[in-house]
Amino acid sequence: MERFRQPERFVAWLPFATLLQKEVLRFLRVSFQTLLAPIVTASLYLFVFGATLGERISVLEGFSYAQFVIPGLILMGVISNSFANTSSSLFISRYLGNIVDLLVTPISAPQFILAYTLAAMLRGLLVGTAVLIISTFFADLPWQHPAAALAMAALASFLFAQFGLVAAIHANTFDALSMFNNFLILPLIYLGGVFYPVSILPPFWEGLSRFNPLLYLIDGFRQAVLGVGDVPLHMAFLVSFLMAAILFAWAAFLIARGYKLRL
Amino acid sequence: MRNLSLTVQPGEIFGLLGPNGAGKSTTINMISGVCRIDSGQVLIFGHDNRSERRLTRRLVGVMHQEIVTDNFFTIDRALRIHSGYYGVPRDADWCELLIERLGLGPHLHKSMNKLSGGLKRRFMVAKAMIHKPRLLILDEPTAGVDVELRRTLWDFVREINAEGVTVLLTTHYLEEAEQMCERIAIMNHGDLIALEKTQQLLARIEGRYLHVTLEQPLHEVPETLADLRPALRDNGSALRLVIDAEQGAGEVLRRLGDLGMTVRDIETSRPGLEEVFLHLTGARPDNGQAGGK
Repeated sequence: MERFRQPERFVAWLPFATLLQKEVLRFLRVSFQTLLAPIVTASLYLFVFGATLGERISVLEGFSYAQFVIPGLILMGVISNSFANTSSSLFISRYLGNIVDLLVTPISAPQFILAYTLAAMLRGLLVGTAVLIISTFFADLPWQHPAAALAMAALASFLFAQFGLVAAIHANTFDALSMFNNFLILPLIYLGGVFYPVSILPPFWEGLSRFNPLLYLIDGFRQAVLGVGDVPLHMAFLVSFLMAAILFAWAAFLIARGYKLRL
Repeated sequence: MRNLSLTVQPGEIFGLLGPNGAGKSTTINMISGVCRIDSGQVLIFGHDNRSERRLTRRLVGVMHQEIVTDNFFTIDRALRIHSGYYGVPRDADWCELLIERLGLGPHLHKSMNKLSGGLKRRFMVAKAMIHKPRLLILDEPTAGVDVELRRTLWDFVREINAEGVTVLLTTHYLEEAEQMCERIAIMNHGDLIALEKTQQLLARIEGRYLHVTLEQPLHEVPETLADLRPALRDNGSALRLVIDAEQGAGEVLRRLGDLGMTVRDIETSRPGLEEVFLHLTGARPDNGQAGGK
């Protein structure tokens, strides 16, 4: 049994790296569901709005409807997959009870959040990149501010990764978790200007839309790509950054306290 | 939990027993950090498990009572992951030893959802030990596992205990606790009701048992035998009597003969941990099991 007595070496970054690796492997193991399915869905949207209906619709002067809708579809893929990754992974761990495997280890709350978040961002950005590649078959985009577009996509995926963590902790059933997606995120996405600019709405509805936080992400990303939008770019970044900070603080508070994670 | 205070000595095998809902698993969860503690303190080898979280988590390996696995991964991958969670670079020799001793070799590349319950428990033992903890907590590790694994598991636990690893265990099987543990704590309804060396606990019930098999079943025990604390068993065809340490069995058999009973067979035994446990907790016998959450 001499093998037991070997001195231990603790590698401080290893718990975080392992959790990140595990989270990435988790979604790659079911990549048909986590990557391929959302890419197919986005491709169908592209086909419908890019190659068929799009030619008969014009919402933004100087751009085809396909050019208008593609940034929104890319960001929609980023948002929904970042959310889905953290929310499903953490909720299933809670549901099956294997969250205790993490609670008994030296992994700290910041490491926990960062690993879950980075894996979710990777999945969201992979889907977004795939949608972007497929979209080149339907329209050319001007990419006015590519760095700003990347920053906005990263911010959106970060923000929704945090929201996924919060939802996974608060939800007690699969039904409750799906309500976050079906009754909150999807309506906010669809009403946040993915398919139309809010400036074409009647004044009341346009004013109301400006309370939709998703508008700032979607419009900001579109503006970075096309160079035009309904909200000033700096305002879009500011609002999105504030939302991300609030959700990060919320998730960090819950996880550091072990709320609904510890017994 | 109410005013629980106990110390597990470094290097010992310590048993934590109690009926359902006694608080054994809660105690284990408090030590391992799964459970929040409202007040009080858990020290692990002198280190507070809240303020020195990172250090104390590495010192403890815990096998929980409920089978929890991550079905996305194979045993091999899951063991690598768990080693990494503790910040311990994979030790191929140690990993190989665990796999060999727990009989996981042929199943290394199977997904968790393809494993039987017994194999999952073996994996959970390996998972608890993968980072070479100084305190190994086993919460009913042998529940639902076959006799062979039970034997190999306890042999392995004794072996690593001999290397200085402290072991805290709960078990369904009191005879296992009797054989394995140097000291035993018994809990009931969140209270600690006994904490003694195993031999001292066993000595709590004085006397011996005389088990008598009768030719003719009895319907009720004659009152004149009340001093022997009789218990009828097997539909009246067996009788358990308690006799003093210095009292001879022959004298008791003569008394039975005087009452017209014909004895077919006799056997004597010392009270075991089961009797002590039942005596202390007031629990009802349940196939020799102490119960568990």
